[in-house]
Order: sequence, then structure tokens, then C-alpha cells
Amino acid sequence: MSSNKETFGKTVGFVLAVCVVCALLVSFSAVQLKPLQQANKLLDQQTKILEASGLLEKAGKDVVKTYNEYVVAKMINLDSGEFVEGDVITFDERRNSRDKALSIKPENDLAGINRRSNTAVVYLVKNEAGVIDTVVLPIVGSGLWDLMYGYVGLEADLNTVKSVIYSDHKETPGLGAEVLNPNWKALWPGKKIYNDAGEVKAKLVKGGAKANDIHGVDALSGATLTSDGVTRTLQFWFGEEGYKPFIAKYRAEGVK
Amino acid sequence: MSSDAKKVLTGPIVDNNPIALQVLGICSALAVTSSMANALVMTLAVVFVTAFSNLFISIIRNHIPSSVRIIVQMAIIASLVIVVDQVLKAFSYQLSKELAVFVGLIITNCIVMGRAEAFAMKEKPGVSFLDGIGNGLGYGAILMTVAFFRELLGFGTLFGMEILPLVQNGGWYQANGLLVLPFSSFFVIGLIIWALRQWKPEQVEKD
Repeated sequence: MSSNKETFGKTVGFVLAVCVVCALLVSFSAVQLKPLQQANKLLDQQTKILEASGLLEKAGKDVVKTYNEYVVAKMINLDSGEFVEGDVITFDERRNSRDKALSIKPENDLAGINRRSNTAVVYLVKNEAGVIDTVVLPIVGSGLWDLMYGYVGLEADLNTVKSVIYSDHKETPGLGAEVLNPNWKALWPGKKIYNDAGEVKAKLVKGGAKANDIHGVDALSGATLTSDGVTRTLQFWFGEEGYKPFIAKYRAEGVK
Repeated sequence: MSSDAKKVLTGPIVDNNPIALQVLGICSALAVTSSMANALVMTLAVVFVTAFSNLFISIIRNHIPSSVRIIVQMAIIASLVIVVDQVLKAFSYQLSKELAVFVGLIITNCIVMGRAEAFAMKEKPGVSFLDGIGNGLGYGAILMTVAFFRELLGFGTLFGMEILPLVQNGGWYQANGLLVLPFSSFFVIGLIIWALRQWKPEQVEKD
């Protein structure tokens, strides 16, 4: 090969040159493609939110236009349940929950998330008449392999479920990943999160929920740990350390 | 195209397949073969990376100091993989989400390193480039075959299109849960290797 021309200086120089060329290539592609990537990410998120609010079919290919027309994103403080000012576009739950100043360690960490962001972005969805008839709340919780990210769409009473849509998960294909199965998703509409006493009752029922069960949905067969994860995620996010303060305040005062 | 160049390009698909004969690159063949769409994108990514890493390494092969050659190869391969990952994120966000970490893991795919070290370090750029494409295609041929069986029998679909209607969707086909799991690729790859060696007995190793 090239043993005849190996000196220390040449070797170092060569490696540096290769590194500089590679670094230029990588940074050029990263910078050039960034706007496209961000647009993709936003589009993906907006698609999921429209799906959660039941508008996706109507939107067809016009996701961005429909989203801008019907959806209002607002930031809330999870502890007080109040709307707060904040940049909803750049909000990143995952970044916040790594930052000790912006997140807390939940006392009762049912969802297995370790830390929870102090703020969250909720999506208020208007109907044709301009009245808010759906509220989409982001959720996150441990499945079998990793955290599962998703959205719960609620009717205006903030109790009746419209949809449970997972957007990002690493569950086993064919088993836990069946959270994306349209047939399973179709079981959710009409279920109630809370009972009359305000306790979180929504859950997945192993062996199949009874026909008259207003809180239960069939668990995923072959995926007990994923199913338990989904149940605990719902219990956490609709509990005191989740959206309960917001829901109470919203029911009492509406949007201000 | 001269017969030599053709041999370099098509040889790795059947006669000298990187997965079936050299048994390299098995790890990613297990992971990304649960659906044909994933396998296809992974194939294209690997073809791109092996072809261009072979090309670039071959161009500078006479200048690479042999004491650091592996590191230099890694730097080039890693840069190409990052570019592929960025392009996927920009143009095919859904697929890049599903392939996630496995695109990045092309860096550790033994086929890429193996061809760089065994072929591109000795041969001219043009033929190295073809060798990269050929080996990428050889890898892809196995990947697509495995994915065909896993997706068809595990999910009843091909490229996401329903072929065998599943019981849970009101059809008649009871999906094979085993084929959904990554390790089932071992069985499929084993069967492919067996079939290939029945057809071409010269591939059987001597004891």
C-alpha cells in the first residue's frame, strides 16, 4: 500500500484533511436540508393532531391549511392548569423534561416518564361554527421498550374520548404496535375518562372490555406490557399531576 | 460493459452474496425486514453508502497511511451515512422514523467496511464503485426476499397493501406472529442459504 511514504506529519495531515472534507460534506447537507426536515416534522405533528380531532379525512391533502383554520395551540401550566404565554411552535416536551428548571419529578410516576415538563401545549379545535368542540392533549408514557408519544382527543366536555392516537413509539410490530391499528383506535370514541366522582377510570381490559363498559377498551392481545403502559399513561396524564387541574379550570372558565 | 465489470456488479447478487455466502450484515437484515418498504429504503441506503465509500476510498487509496486506514475508512463511511440519514429525514420522514437507528447503524454494517478494506483499497475507483453497487444489491436481494416472506406471512400485506385479509380485520388469514419478530429472519435467511447452496453446490464450505 503506502508504507514507503508514511511519516508522522503526513499521517496527521492526511487524517486532518479527510476530516475537514467529511465535516464539510456533513455540515453542508445538514444545513441545506434543515428547513425541509423541520417542515416535515411540523407536518407530521399537525397530521396527528388533525387525526386526533377527527379532521384528517376532511383535510385530505390540505393538512397545513386545515390545521391553521381550525386548530389553536395554547400553552398551559400543568400545576395551576392556567393558560400561560409561550412559544408553542418551538415547544419541545422532550427537551423540557430533561431540564431540571423546566420540569418536576412526579410524586406518583405512573407513566414511567421520570420527569414531567411544567408546561404543555394543548390544541383547541374549532368546528365549522367556530366553537371549540374538541381538545387534543399530548400524552407520553412508558410502553414495553421505550416511551410512547401520542395524543388524546376529547369532546368539549373534556371527559368523552374522541380518539387515542400514538405518533411515536418503539413497540413490537404486530403486538404492541397494534396501538396504531385502525380497528383498535375505533374502540375509543365515546369512552369516558372519569367516573362521576372524578376518578380516572379509562383503562385497557385484558380479555376484552364488556359491551356496556363506558371506561374500558379491549387490551392489545399479546401485548400486556404495552397495554398496561397505555392504561398507566392515561391514569397519569388525566390525574392530579397531569391535565386534571387544567381540565377543572377549563370546565369552569373556558378559554380566556 | 466489459465482462469483468459485469462480474463485479452482478457477482455479489448470487454467486458471492455478502449475506448468504460471506454471512456479513446479518444484524440489520434481522431488524429492518419486517416490511418491504423498510427493506427497500434500507437497500437503497446501503447501495449508496457502499458504492460511494468504495469510490472515495479507492480514489485516495494510494495516499491513505496504512496505520490509520481503518479510521480513515470509518470517517468516510460515517459521513456518508449521516448524509443518507439527513436526506431521509428531509424527503421521507415517515420511513426515517420507522428505520430510526438502523440507518445510523449502516456505519457498523460489516459489508461496507469489508468491501472498503478488501476491494477498494486495492482496485481502481470505477470498478470499486461497481463493486459497491453490486454488494449493496446483493445485500438488498436477501433483504427484500426476507421482507417478502415476513411481511406477507406476518402481516398479510406487501408494501402495506393487503394481500391476505387478516382475521382481526374480518378476513380469513391468521397472521404468523413469529415472523413479525426480528429473530424469525434467522429462519428465513437460513432457508435462503440452504436453497442457494442446493442450487449452487460450489458455495458449500468444505469441512
